[in-house]
Amino acid sequence: MEKSTFQAKVGLAEMLKGGVIMDVMNVEQALIAEAAGACAVMALERVPALIRRDGGVARASDPEMIKAIQAAVSIPVMAKVRIGHFMEARILEALEVDFIDESEVLTPADDEFHIDKHPFKVPFVCGCTDIGEALRRIGEGAALLRTKGEAGTGNVVEAVRHLRKLREQIRRITQLGREELMTEAKNLGAPYDLVVYVHEHGKLPVPNFAAGGVATPADAALCMALGAETVFVGSGIFMSEDPAKRAKAVVEAVTYWEDPKKLAEISTGLGTAMSGIEMKTLPEAERLANRGW
Amino acid sequence: MKVGVLALQGGWAAHIQAARALGHDAGPVRTAAELAACDGLILPGGESTTHLKLIDRFDLKGALDGHVAAGKPVLATCAGLILSARAVTHPAQASFGWLDVTVARNAWGRQVHSFEATADGSDLPLVFIRAPRILDLGPGVEVTHTFEGEPVGVRQGPFWGVAFHPELTADQRVHAQVFGRP
Repeated sequence: MEKSTFQAKVGLAEMLKGGVIMDVMNVEQALIAEAAGACAVMALERVPALIRRDGGVARASDPEMIKAIQAAVSIPVMAKVRIGHFMEARILEALEVDFIDESEVLTPADDEFHIDKHPFKVPFVCGCTDIGEALRRIGEGAALLRTKGEAGTGNVVEAVRHLRKLREQIRRITQLGREELMTEAKNLGAPYDLVVYVHEHGKLPVPNFAAGGVATPADAALCMALGAETVFVGSGIFMSEDPAKRAKAVVEAVTYWEDPKKLAEISTGLGTAMSGIEMKTLPEAERLANRGW
Repeated sequence: MKVGVLALQGGWAAHIQAARALGHDAGPVRTAAELAACDGLILPGGESTTHLKLIDRFDLKGALDGHVAAGKPVLATCAGLILSARAVTHPAQASFGWLDVTVARNAWGRQVHSFEATADGSDLPLVFIRAPRILDLGPGVEVTHTFEGEPVGVRQGPFWGVAFHPELTADQRVHAQVFGRP
């Protein structure tokens, strides 16, 4: 028996496909998420919209709240650590969370290096805005990626931009000649062997989900149509008028994203979505997607 | 054979590839009409609680019961095995009772305890992801795969259930046992 192999790590990511991973701030919300059909929950003290509102340094969650959520639900429990903060990651590993999100939503702890994720038994998910960043994170050991979007805005435009960018870059790499791949790897700042993998397979070596700004079932379906294998929903559920209804609707939308008639039914009568932020009013310095190197 | 893979959530796409690699006409199933057109069925891994809720909301139980009652072949893996069991523990939850076994969810532990191994007396690769354990077998259930002496694969007539993920490896033997090689 060999525990926590890379195959076993990516295996859990495979099993999360087509399910919705929801940010929850307490046991009550975790139970609402599970009852709605979430395939996993992300335990954190403040959803991104609240982190934006409150400011200050955002850190990994209190182990007590993570343990309480683990005890309350039977689905996988994820939690976030600051970029580069391998000590927070070791603590989450000791708690046996099912996935660690090395996340730009928290305040980075290292402005140069991400965590070396290979030695950990827990799988990691990391954010990306383009193929170079995606392949660097996989090179460091991430078993799952998510396009960053812009967390806590309720605005899907950045998620769309990152998904489209990734798709366009993957298409480009598949069309390059073999002799062009090393220069491509150099220009992208990506490991050569992973560029070769993308060239040969036309996809990333691990699943890719969408995150950052998903607020409606239609947003979730849009991400699926642009190649996301499922979605993370942060503030979009518990900052809306009727979280239980909206959570259930987003779960249904990622399954039936190809069926507009079902989507119309699913989208009906959900109450008000979170209010959201227009990107033009969000200064560069406040954009979380710029964090990560 | 036309093999449908229940595609509500989870690892369904890899099962479609595995069935196609054997030469079957495989595709996703999300409606009763799509299932009615299938000769074989795969219930994939994923989150069993999510699958249960979507089966209920989109009213698929009747169609699934019909497929099983018709004696058509089924392969249920991991979460699929949990849905199919007569009883589920850890925690207790609803299930469909197509397979006369009791299953405990996440019974090897959380994700850090997920592992790869090989089946007893064979080189068949086994990938266990937050996997269930088969606790108790009814009289009509035959053990098909064991790991360290414990049943990890069972069959009851044309209905096969495994706690591991054959679709995550290149090994085609489990899919071939259930659906044959055309």
